[in-house]
Amino acid sequence: MNDEFRHEENDMPRPRTMAEKLLSRAANRPLVAGEVAVCKPDYAMGTDGSIPMALDYLGEMLEGHERGPFAPDRVVFALDHYDSTSGAGALLLQARARDYAQAHAITLFDVGDGIGHQLMMERGHAAPGRLLVGADSHATSYGAFNCFGTGIGSSDLAGILFCGALWLEVPSSIRIVLDGQFAPGVGAKDVALYLARTLDAGGATYKALEFTGPGLANLDMDDRIVLANMSVELGAKAGLFPHDAVLAQHLDEIGVDGVTAVTADPDAPYVHTLTVDIGRLRPQIALPHRVDNVIDLADAPRTRVDVVYLGTCTGGRLRDYAEALEILTAAGRIARDVQVIVTPASRSIREAMERTGMIEQFRGLGAQLESPGCGACCGTCGPIPAANQKIISSANRNFRGRMGNADAEIYLASPVSCARAAVEGAFGQEA
Amino acid sequence: MSDETLARGKVRVFGDDINTDYIVPSHRKKRTIDPDLLRHHIFEDICAGFYEELEGPTILVAGRNFGCGSAMEIAVTVLQRAGIEAVVATSFARTFKRNAINNGLLLCEVDAGEVPEDTPARVCLRDGALALELGERLLSPAQLPAFMLDILRSGGLVPYLRRNGGFQI
Ligand code: SF4
Repeated sequence: MNDEFRHEENDMPRPRTMAEKLLSRAANRPLVAGEVAVCKPDYAMGTDGSIPMALDYLGEMLEGHERGPFAPDRVVFALDHYDSTSGAGALLLQARARDYAQAHAITLFDVGDGIGHQLMMERGHAAPGRLLVGADSHATSYGAFNCFGTGIGSSDLAGILFCGALWLEVPSSIRIVLDGQFAPGVGAKDVALYLARTLDAGGATYKALEFTGPGLANLDMDDRIVLANMSVELGAKAGLFPHDAVLAQHLDEIGVDGVTAVTADPDAPYVHTLTVDIGRLRPQIALPHRVDNVIDLADAPRTRVDVVYLGTCTGGRLRDYAEALEILTAAGRIARDVQVIVTPASRSIREAMERTGMIEQFRGLGAQLESPGCGACCGTCGPIPAANQKIISSANRNFRGRMGNADAEIYLASPVSCARAAVEGAFGQEA
Repeated sequence: MSDETLARGKVRVFGDDINTDYIVPSHRKKRTIDPDLLRHHIFEDICAGFYEELEGPTILVAGRNFGCGSAMEIAVTVLQRAGIEAVVATSFARTFKRNAINNGLLLCEVDAGEVPEDTPARVCLRDGALALELGERLLSPAQLPAFMLDILRSGGLVPYLRRNGGFQI
């Protein structure tokens, strides 16, 4: 622990949670849950979905004058929600974001580079001790890196461009203790869906989730990102993980050093503690049209599927595809009339898939490869499902209309369960 | 006793977990982010014809977790441009709540129970505290921290930052 924290702790009336400590650092004063503070984010990310509106707000804040951001080196723009299939209007919105980034030396992830959240983690922006905000709700993903990651709106992003700061209320925390080791065919996505089932879609509203327990040692970074990512589906402000050997090794691999690990104090107050024995968990599935409408996959009625979607900031990473391919190649086929869509979360994931022959394998099986990015996740680009189609997806949301057609049904499951459905053309049991 | 009206309108009722894609579908905003155009699409996936049926100032009354899902801020500004004066809900998703405060959209966090459609409603500041009149009933919503109330009453983050040049806490 560094001196800054040791000093603060002497003045603190009580032990603090990880969320309280991370935001204290960002506000440069000791904070506890319930306080509202002005925080300086280490990085703020915007997407083509949120930047154009932020630039409108900024223009109003500056009364029509144009100037660069307060701290351009702390801002990242990601053009991930739209591509050439999104139409002329979207491309104009995107061009506005690109022009502003280029004019003011802002790091730009352009179309085809991948999903902004994935890139923030791949490129070393997400690192222990930091505050990262994203004008997109799945900025909670960064919590896997022992930093505070949370979603903001376009006006918040404009405020950060204007003065480098934003207001945040310090959340209280729910502790999630993970115990045990995954059974074969069960993974982090099943834990995330199980948490939605247990806590429900609003069960962690205004709160941070702090993951801990002996089971963490069995969760790699991809697993942790899934849990941090989907924390927001429970309403959480952040999903936080400690700094441990798994994270340290990963940071080493991607070349991030000089980090400040932040640890919750041993007696920190939690509003609630939930223990999950991940070894007893079976594959889960969210039925339409709610992420917390979750049952054991084995209890689902037999349901034929039309589309299997493998991608997004939740389920579009290398290991997701390796696990799916293992099942698809063992069966040697994708069921007739099932469309499997593969949208890698980033260009580097796609390149790794090329190198390892995974792209060839997916192609050989008849899967449809899409360019890295958000893809069909929220109906803003890529293939839109047809009316009455049933989609099983490795994504995070299944709201009615989420993929661009209110008459389609979206089921959420792990990449493994999605691949099984691709082989059988269906999931669940005959009545 | 001071009493200042902040919002007034007739009630439209929604249930729990109304997400921002239900308020306005994400795919609608790829063509334009002009709330004057997008307001025609509010609630179209769950309540077709909602916008056309609106008559004058309206206050939404909903259940738990209103505004969950995507953090898209347009979900707040389309409601404002459609004439929604305030949203009453048992609880709000946090990104919707901050976007509402940052745009000066009045929120009342309170469990309003059963409310008939078209009930007249009024939100006011009574001796500095938020109060909600629903028909004959008087409810006390959760009080917003002074800092958030200051931004809300400034009309949102734009006028707040313009006035102060930065944040004042
Ligand atoms: S992949 Fe989907 S959930 Fe993730 S940032 Fe893109 S649109 Fe949002």
